[in-house]
Amino acid sequence: MSVELKVNGRAVTVDVEPRTTLLDCVRDELGLKGTHAGCEHGVCGACTVLLDGQPTRSCLMFAVQADGYEITTIEGVAPQAGELDVIQDAFCEAHGLQCGFCTSGMILAARSLLEREASPTVEDIREAISGNICRCTGYGQIIEAIQLAAERMRGQNAPASPSLSRTEAVR
Amino acid sequence: MRAFDYQRPESAEAATRAQSGAEARFIAGGTNLLDLMKLEIETPRTLIDISRLPLDGIAPTEAGGFSIGALVTNAALAADPSVRRLYPVLSRALLAGASGQLRNKATTGGNLLQRTRCYYFYNPATPCNKREPGSGCSAIGGHTRIHAILGTSPHCIATHPSDMAVAMMALEAEVEILGPDGQTRTIPLADLYRLPGDTPHIETSLAPGDLITAVILPPPPPGRQLYRKVRDRASYAFALVSVAAIIAMENGRISAARLAFGGLAPMPWRDREVEALLIGEAPSPALFAAAADRLLATARTEDGNAFKSPLARRTLASVLATACAGNS
Repeated sequence: MSVELKVNGRAVTVDVEPRTTLLDCVRDELGLKGTHAGCEHGVCGACTVLLDGQPTRSCLMFAVQADGYEITTIEGVAPQAGELDVIQDAFCEAHGLQCGFCTSGMILAARSLLEREASPTVEDIREAISGNICRCTGYGQIIEAIQLAAERMRGQNAPASPSLSRTEAVR
Repeated sequence: MRAFDYQRPESAEAATRAQSGAEARFIAGGTNLLDLMKLEIETPRTLIDISRLPLDGIAPTEAGGFSIGALVTNAALAADPSVRRLYPVLSRALLAGASGQLRNKATTGGNLLQRTRCYYFYNPATPCNKREPGSGCSAIGGHTRIHAILGTSPHCIATHPSDMAVAMMALEAEVEILGPDGQTRTIPLADLYRLPGDTPHIETSLAPGDLITAVILPPPPPGRQLYRKVRDRASYAFALVSVAAIIAMENGRISAARLAFGGLAPMPWRDREVEALLIGEAPSPALFAAAADRLLATARTEDGNAFKSPLARRTLASVLATACAGNS
């Protein structure tokens, strides 16, 4: 079956069997190997992609059901080739990864959280990544990485100079 | 996974007509069905994708309740302002279920229709009366930590894993069903499910072609609403025991009580005798113990799930104490 998908802002047409999962489609048809195949039963979260910004298990969805969504994989988060986005950078800096297998899913889960919640509590972060299993880090540094990313993103969104802030302008 | 034909009908009516045989299945969120297809426990020849049908709205009813479209996702339902305000037991139950990724895809109708299941059902190497009728039950005498103690049969002791359905049972929700004849009917949620008996492979009263189109919530009943779930992990684990409670008090006595239980039975479990025993009484540890006695009077346990009786007893007492405290 021919399916039109929009992946990382790019329109692509793939020819897949109906039984092809979205996971297998992005890895094997589109060559986007950053989305990982872990348990393939919806348990581990390694295959997480964003569908219209919402974290979704790509192993529990058929590619033929994915037309019409904005699909974001880990390859789509960096501003351009050779760069890292804020969350990826924070994961590196806070040692939020060891083997890296869960990291794509963790970063996309974190991205969804930080898009709706600029100042998440540790509880918010734990809940947001509770569907993603990591067998290396013990999660502590992943939580710290997401906190660091949140802090930096808040900083990015603050006015560059206090004198240009809204309250100052009103005065 | 077995190959199948994929269809996306334009209307609910066309979908019900397409799902005429036992070898066709509806798919919406797919979070349970797709997994079972990978294991070849479900082997439909045709998948009818209903996920784009316009059944994703939440609307007030004339009766003062709400109609929840079958395709409203668990995430959207839990976050709906009216649901959070008027049916907090439902919002809390939804957020206690599965993980964020699954709640983003899982639908209201699909949540109701997820398979009653256990790890032996998922393991094609072991006999299972649900998977292969007549082959035997591997759970009985096996590992039974997650298994049911109420409503079971010698043929199956699997639990229905939904949290959402437990809250809906306490809310006396109804299920709106469109049949292949084009007729819509509404049945109480309790009548959707069937206990295993000697046909554990038949879990619901739906006939081929029947499509759940909505869940109807009556107006919120008076009283405090609570949902408590006890599980092995704080997120993303099925209930060992869960309790949905809606308790109203007048003059220091319980004036209305609705209780539904998860993790204990092959369907979301409600026992009106337990509720009747509470009504008109002043809350006390002795009363809560009597309620638990009544709830568990017919319990049948295995070595591995015998702990659920005292766990249910303590959880019920704790939930009732919380629901009654300062609630007059």
